[in-house]
Amino acid sequence: MTGTRLRTWLWLAVIAVPLAVFVVWANVTNSRQFVSTLLNGVTLAALYFLVASGFTLVFGLMRNVNLAHGSLYLFGAYMGWVVGDATDNWFLALAVGFASAALVGFLMQVSIFRFMQGQELRQTMVTIGLAIVLADLMLWWFGGEIYSFDPPRAIFKSLTIPIVNKYPTYRIVVLGIAIVIGLLLWWFLNRTKVGMMIRAGVDDRQMLAASGVNVQRVFAITFAIGAGLAGLAGVIGGTALSISPGEDTRYLMASLVVVIVGGMGSIPGAAVGALLIGLAEQFGLSYAPTYGVVFTFLIMVLVLAFRPTGILGRRTV
Amino acid sequence: MSAAQWRRAMNTGAGRNAWSRPPRAPAAPRSVATSVSRQPANNAGALFVDAVRSIGGRHVVVVLAVLIYPWVASPFFTYQIGGQAMALGLIALSLTFLGGYGGMVSLAQMSIAGLAGYMVAIVGVAGEAQGGASSLGWPWWIAVPIAIAIATLFATFAGWLSVRTEGIYTIMITLAIGVSFFYLVQQNYSIFGGHEGFNQVHAPVVLDIDFNKAVPYYYLALFWALAGYFFIKYLLRAPFGMALQGVRENARRMNTLGFDVTAHRIAAYAVAGVLAAIGGVLMAWYNGRISPGSVGTGPMLDILIIAVLGGMRHPIGPFIGAILFVLVQNFAIDVIARERFNLVIGLVFLSIVLFSPDGLLGLWGYVRTRLMPRGVQPNRMSWRVGPTRRVPARTDNGGVLADR
Repeated sequence: MTGTRLRTWLWLAVIAVPLAVFVVWANVTNSRQFVSTLLNGVTLAALYFLVASGFTLVFGLMRNVNLAHGSLYLFGAYMGWVVGDATDNWFLALAVGFASAALVGFLMQVSIFRFMQGQELRQTMVTIGLAIVLADLMLWWFGGEIYSFDPPRAIFKSLTIPIVNKYPTYRIVVLGIAIVIGLLLWWFLNRTKVGMMIRAGVDDRQMLAASGVNVQRVFAITFAIGAGLAGLAGVIGGTALSISPGEDTRYLMASLVVVIVGGMGSIPGAAVGALLIGLAEQFGLSYAPTYGVVFTFLIMVLVLAFRPTGILGRRTV
Repeated sequence: MSAAQWRRAMNTGAGRNAWSRPPRAPAAPRSVATSVSRQPANNAGALFVDAVRSIGGRHVVVVLAVLIYPWVASPFFTYQIGGQAMALGLIALSLTFLGGYGGMVSLAQMSIAGLAGYMVAIVGVAGEAQGGASSLGWPWWIAVPIAIAIATLFATFAGWLSVRTEGIYTIMITLAIGVSFFYLVQQNYSIFGGHEGFNQVHAPVVLDIDFNKAVPYYYLALFWALAGYFFIKYLLRAPFGMALQGVRENARRMNTLGFDVTAHRIAAYAVAGVLAAIGGVLMAWYNGRISPGSVGTGPMLDILIIAVLGGMRHPIGPFIGAILFVLVQNFAIDVIARERFNLVIGLVFLSIVLFSPDGLLGLWGYVRTRLMPRGVQPNRMSWRVGPTRRVPARTDNGGVLADR
């Protein structure tokens, strides 16, 4: 016991000491770059959390690794863009992004996945097939152009923040939205009846079914919410950056890594993972551009090596 | 880990219980259960003899057909269809071995193949890449072994990482590894040549045979495809392959029997890595270049599509899948616009996964058993991760159900 604890501390020191040295060095040489990178990292983490929370919600309850999650992200973004472009209302676009992706997710669960309960690998294969088909359909319809949103002026200005001076308001808004969504999810899962059922289902699906709960309905609701979160993130992420084919892979990858690092099926885990990955990506991009992805990968390797179930994950398989 | 140990394992009541499956038609595809019930070989030599004896008439016919093929087909069919299908099939074979026999579906096989391709370009001879990355220009007989060795190391590392968690997580972790590799080669200009990658990665000219030409390339790819196929067939009957299939069926039980489950799984990744690396070198030579586009999510999923299309229950599956895939890829243009290839192949993949989980081989087995008068229901592959048992795969309540 003490041996393992000693080793844990040793490894923490191996990681923490260079990290601390880096923080001090970065602050001394260029504190502005450091702080703005930190802010970028945190706001990117907010976006990643939005995408990954839906992924982890679905996985936690249904054990369905939804590799079409990135496609749902892109789908929500495109739908939101169409509506936002027609009505000039960004908030409506946000709602449509959520609703359209939620509808697709709901249909996927009701028409396909409910007939494959327990066949995890087959479900995943189906999501891969759906991802390929959806990606190509969207490419067909929307072409390879890059779309960008036209959000309200109020949130698209810049904010004055000490040290970095000007910082885009929108990124702070994203952070705010992510926190609100996180709190809402917490409330939903812990304070509502459906949330209670979902939590019970995560722990033991069979017992939940045995207690007379309509499990299929809970599954459909969960899948719709998870997919809707992806669509919502699509509009938000599409506003922060832009929408183009290939973004689906990027955000699928992000949610995969976030969920692997944070712990599969755990919402707080998704938050922790998103923070780690978002920071690692931005700092990598800022301080070691060509090897940025290596940091993300390194974090994944380290977590898998020492906590195979993720930082906040539980062993369920 | 000897055959004798395996036999003992199978003779215990519990062991036999695990194999209690519905009886099958004698003509059903040869699978684990039938080969176990045969008289097991005692040593490697006898195993080899056994393997040779298992070569039947249809093997001879198929081998003859693929040998004569370039003499009747046009260079386009020899090179673009035949050569490419063999190389892709070899990479997909590595996935079939891992997924079908080890129960670990790895999406990173194309990344391993791609790394081998990159290494051939970096260590061997290739054109000057953008951004200053240049190849060492070593001869092929040094470059190719180095490339395969490095790719195998990478495969072993990927295996070591992904076997730390089980089942469905494997697919996530290997996908993450593969996509990370893609972003690395895309962003890195100093070693991997960034966005453009390496051009002019040509197959060598050995003994006046130019392996860039259609027929020599075809025979080269065919040689390695056959070698890979028979190697896997041999390995599956060897103690290691038997133990691996045991691990797929029930890791816990194999662990109790004294097998090192983790070591077997990692070794399976390493073996699959060698196959994928050889296929990767062949693919790099086929394309004449290697770039991030060769290791992106598209190609990664293509390998999975090929393996699933053909069927993961027999090592011939990936080659059948590869031939079909390459044909669709080349002739989808005639049916529907070329840009819609992904839609076509995605729909084909989706329908295979939805309606015939065993792929074309499963479809064939189904048709055959239906056509036979005393047809016995084919043994459909279970798509559950881990043990192929009929009770729902649930082990999370203290492992009570885990070893039913």
